[in-house]
Amino acid sequence: MKRYILNRLFQFIPLLIGMTFISFLIIQLSPGDYFTQLKMNPEISPETIEKMRKVFGLDKNIVVQYFYWLKNVFTFNLGVSFSYHVPVSYLIKIRLKNTISLSIFSIFLTWIISIPLGIYGAIKNKRWEEKILSFIAYIGISIPSFFLAMLFIFFISKTAILPLGGTTSIFYKGATPFERFIDYLKHLLVPGLILTLSGIGSLYRLMKNNFLEAINSPYIFTAYAKGIPTWKIYFKHALRNAINPMITIFGYELSGILSGAGLVEIITGWPGMGRLVLEGVLSFDLYLVMASLLIGGILLILGNLFADILLALVDPRVRFK
Amino acid sequence: MNIFVRLRKRNFISYISLYIIIFLYSLAILADFISPYPYNKQFRDTPLCPPTKINFFDKNGKFHLRPFVYEYKLVNPSLNKYEIDRNKICPIYFFVKGERRKILGLFPSRRYLFGVKEGKIFLFGTDMHGRDIFSRVLYGARISLSIGIIGVLISFFLGFLIGGISGYFGGKIDNVLMRLVEIFMMFPSFYLMLALRAVFPLNLSSFQVYLLIVIILSLIGWAGLARIIRGMVLSIKEEEYVLSAKALGIPTFRIIFRHIIPNTFSYSITAITLSIPGYILGESTLSLLGLGIQEPYPSWGNMLSVCIGNLRILSNAPWMLIPGFFIFLTIICFNFLGDGLRDVCDPKNW
Repeated sequence: MKRYILNRLFQFIPLLIGMTFISFLIIQLSPGDYFTQLKMNPEISPETIEKMRKVFGLDKNIVVQYFYWLKNVFTFNLGVSFSYHVPVSYLIKIRLKNTISLSIFSIFLTWIISIPLGIYGAIKNKRWEEKILSFIAYIGISIPSFFLAMLFIFFISKTAILPLGGTTSIFYKGATPFERFIDYLKHLLVPGLILTLSGIGSLYRLMKNNFLEAINSPYIFTAYAKGIPTWKIYFKHALRNAINPMITIFGYELSGILSGAGLVEIITGWPGMGRLVLEGVLSFDLYLVMASLLIGGILLILGNLFADILLALVDPRVRFK
Repeated sequence: MNIFVRLRKRNFISYISLYIIIFLYSLAILADFISPYPYNKQFRDTPLCPPTKINFFDKNGKFHLRPFVYEYKLVNPSLNKYEIDRNKICPIYFFVKGERRKILGLFPSRRYLFGVKEGKIFLFGTDMHGRDIFSRVLYGARISLSIGIIGVLISFFLGFLIGGISGYFGGKIDNVLMRLVEIFMMFPSFYLMLALRAVFPLNLSSFQVYLLIVIILSLIGWAGLARIIRGMVLSIKEEEYVLSAKALGIPTFRIIFRHIIPNTFSYSITAITLSIPGYILGESTLSLLGLGIQEPYPSWGNMLSVCIGNLRILSNAPWMLIPGFFIFLTIICFNFLGDGLRDVCDPKNW
């Protein structure tokens, strides 16, 4: 088990280095560097800029520059935002919390809803229940998350049942920690539900297919022949085998969820990484954009690592390979 | 053609989806002829006008064979309240005369498919500048629908090239290329898309933006395809006919392009169909965020961008969301068609 995890960790290292290199390459591709904008600022003296150039190693050739940059990245010095004039790492720290809570909230809801639905769909395969569920799943897969968000906002603007935009209400300051938590959760509900609804469809379909494959396997027939009760066959034998591929899928799903979260954040006004990166692009704040890209990639790697460990925990075949 | 017959018999929804897709593409191609107004024509006196209802019965209950519309009058500009003037009947005519436009950019014409001689007809209402949303949806379809096809073709070319080389040669080349693919797949696509967009200046001409979007989307999309194609090539290259081609001394690239890749076609058609929605979504996302196609040119994405953070417009003028329905319709049709094709192409299901 330990060896397996270490092995996975080692496999992720070249990936991580490659990601930093591509992020770096994208900065290099763009015209002008980090200091072209600073030079226009009369408050910053040319000496300071020269000094900063040294810190970032911009006077050296591109490979050396890359290692300078990498060194800075590992010490969480991701550069300074042009538009906010504060370190990028500081900006990201605030927003990252919101994006992670939004992602975890919606991943949790998506799985809680779509796994039982998938099992139900597989049991009722080719009956009207399954047909209706699958049709709804098609709609869920096909509806763009931003469009779903807009429909949601339209609905909320008519009924005003949930707060929209931001993470907190006005009375936040005087509230008890519990009230604060509830308030945060309420604000989380709109983007969270949108993200969940747009994720359920594909997970439902995967789970349905996996479960279907599992309950049509020979060992299930054996179990029937031995007279094991149906519910036990479903939940003890079929479910365990059907859920394994789902955990592998988790890594891929995470990419979609992070991307979806970025977009939904922008539309519903949830202050997360998505908004930050858009603001960065609009104000040509390259270091902010690159740092967000890198952090997004690292989140994805961590998610994949988590999925791998989880898979090893539930599947002995992976563990002892 | 065999495929289509089988599609109709096995999976009727996919078959219908195919026709809806063809219909949408023909709307886009014939936008100049079908839309009653040019995409940039502004009717300043009717901003955010609700969709015009088409009537057959007038206010006295008399039936008219020729459908007609009433005129909408803005009675309260600050609240955007419209009133219908039921006294004046504006009949709808086919092949009505209007402004001179070039159909397909080639044939100048003054006649359009339908329109009114007096009053105005806004089937989907108007936007803030009083532009007809129906016309803009048709023109926007040109961009939104073509980007999907072009983007997918470029990605497929890259995917075939890299996946084919990687799968066929294996070994070190395979290892390096697949690590590269993994790196690209490890970035959340939304962030990668925005980061690549950030490299280029914001104010580009619309043609440049169009090209840029295609390039960005293909750069994001090729990785997944390359991986799939590599897997297929790996299994095909062990087949006997490839071995015999090798034994005959046929050059490697000829083997890849003449013997191996054609065998991936039935699968590729499915994969192409199923990945087009991603490109359509990518374009609309970029345009929605103001990073893609710029005004006054319409795309389904940038027509929706006024709805972001603008609760008043969204709740007073829900018809502004109509382009979103078109995105949804296109995507669901491609998904149905793709699944149907997969079903039909799989020999196990014959």
